[in-house]
Amino acid sequence: MKSDITFGQYVGGDSLIHRLDPRVKILIALVYIVVIFLAKSVTAFALLTAAAAVFVLMTGIPPRLFFRAMRPLIFIIVFTAVINIFFMRGEHLLFEFHFIRVYREGIVNAFLIVLRILLLIVATSVFMTYTTTPLALTDALEQLLNPLKKLHVPVHEFSMMMTIALRFIPTLIDETQKIINAQTARGADFTSGGLLKRGRALIPILIPLFISAFRRADELATAMECRCYTGGEGRTRMNSLKSEPKDWVFFSTILLLGAAVVCLNLFFPVAAVKL
Amino acid sequence: MNPIIKAENLSFSYPGDEESKPVKALRGVSFEIPEGSFTAILGHNGSGKSTLAKLLCMVNLPDSGRLWVAGREITAPDATERDILEARRDVGMVFQNPDNQIVATIVEEDVAFGCENLGIPPAEIRERVDAALAAVGMSEYARKQTYNLSGGQKQRVAIAGTIAMNRRCVIFDESTAMLDPMGRREVMDIIAKLNREQGVTVLLITHHMNEAAAADRIIVMNQGQIYLDGSPREVFGKPAAMWAAGLDVPQTTELAYKLRQKGLDVPLYLFDAESCAEAVAEAVRRRSGKSAGGGKTGS
Repeated sequence: MKSDITFGQYVGGDSLIHRLDPRVKILIALVYIVVIFLAKSVTAFALLTAAAAVFVLMTGIPPRLFFRAMRPLIFIIVFTAVINIFFMRGEHLLFEFHFIRVYREGIVNAFLIVLRILLLIVATSVFMTYTTTPLALTDALEQLLNPLKKLHVPVHEFSMMMTIALRFIPTLIDETQKIINAQTARGADFTSGGLLKRGRALIPILIPLFISAFRRADELATAMECRCYTGGEGRTRMNSLKSEPKDWVFFSTILLLGAAVVCLNLFFPVAAVKL
Repeated sequence: MNPIIKAENLSFSYPGDEESKPVKALRGVSFEIPEGSFTAILGHNGSGKSTLAKLLCMVNLPDSGRLWVAGREITAPDATERDILEARRDVGMVFQNPDNQIVATIVEEDVAFGCENLGIPPAEIRERVDAALAAVGMSEYARKQTYNLSGGQKQRVAIAGTIAMNRRCVIFDESTAMLDPMGRREVMDIIAKLNREQGVTVLLITHHMNEAAAADRIIVMNQGQIYLDGSPREVFGKPAAMWAAGLDVPQTTELAYKLRQKGLDVPLYLFDAESCAEAVAEAVRRRSGKSAGGGKTGS
């Protein structure tokens, strides 16, 4: 159980996208998201879908994993689709039944909005969650947000908290398992009964877990102090992130993609709808 | 040589609450640790040895008495956080629980943590970290996750972290207590190497007699006071005094002691099984040689 704990949803690999500077990846993801929101015409969406397919292939991650990422959002997707189909008014009436009216615009709109949500999921998966370790993301965020330190935003403290939380997730998972085993050996029953009973059965797990977590936190704080930790001030990093030309080439590609989307919106406004 | 740690009449009590009275953990402890020495502090649970460790690495400050660490008196009335921080550059600590002292997810990043705190330039940190990992034999694990390491390996990573900081003195607070025998041997070998080859002052707090026997000097704590202080030969040469304090002596010493009571002349200070066995064999041979005329004694 120990070795296969993957933090977050990171899928290992050695593709170009995996190796990009995580800071640039965050920027790319942000710009990419804006680009996706800019798209208004069917042609622009077609381009973005093709681009997303290329990115997915570039990561070398099996495409079915990206579909898996969409599963938790299925309700939102269906809900948005239904709302758009049944409540959007337009000029081309397709179907009418009492108060329900379905217009062609509604169907196109629903389709594009769903597509947009799917593209957003793929975009964040490709550039952030699937190809960047949470640790790298934390480091990158700290460096990107560095200017905020001047405004007394505790950027370093936040990132240190994230790092420690990530570091202790597997430790605490192990600990939970040990406590469950210990309580089971004493006759505790976690698997039968209704919701309330099962919820109450968690108390003998949570209390020891919390006590132990607090003790660990105390010891860790002492250890950090003994290693001269005094906060972010005057601190250096061994691995400072370096962006290479390839990072900015990739970034420019996304900018070009954005420009192309705007052009398609303006010059080939096929079925352009209010989104 | 100048002592790296000097304690004068240190006392410390843990504050009590409604149910319990304050506990006097240390009552007037004085000693000097010369630079480059290898000292073991022995004592059973509640003898005050861990309290002493907490004072020496400046987690707690003594109630009374004076303490110098790396040439700075940290109990001076005008001593500040700054002095403690400076002293911590020279004196570090490796704790008992390997899990609760590792900060980073990746081995080399954890080793670098202390150096990063000191604000050392990245290129130099890289050099120091590589050298420190090589010194503890963990180079091939540099990019691995700390979580998957064994207890002994985690302690070696923690030791590498203090080596990378170029510290002059490292205190080991029962650092082998949670390890299996193999991990314990790995860590003890590295501690001995650290002292011999790099000249780092080692203060080993332990309740393992055999680990203490590897030191140049043993300080035995009992009821918050120094009970015995001397070389392993001297300290373990008084098994009766050790037993009276609720402590053990190495098994070889115990065996030798019992054999001596039976009139067999075996030295008390042979701490590894091999040389002890040889000495016993030698003594038996000598005795049977003496009484060879008498026939079959010394079986």
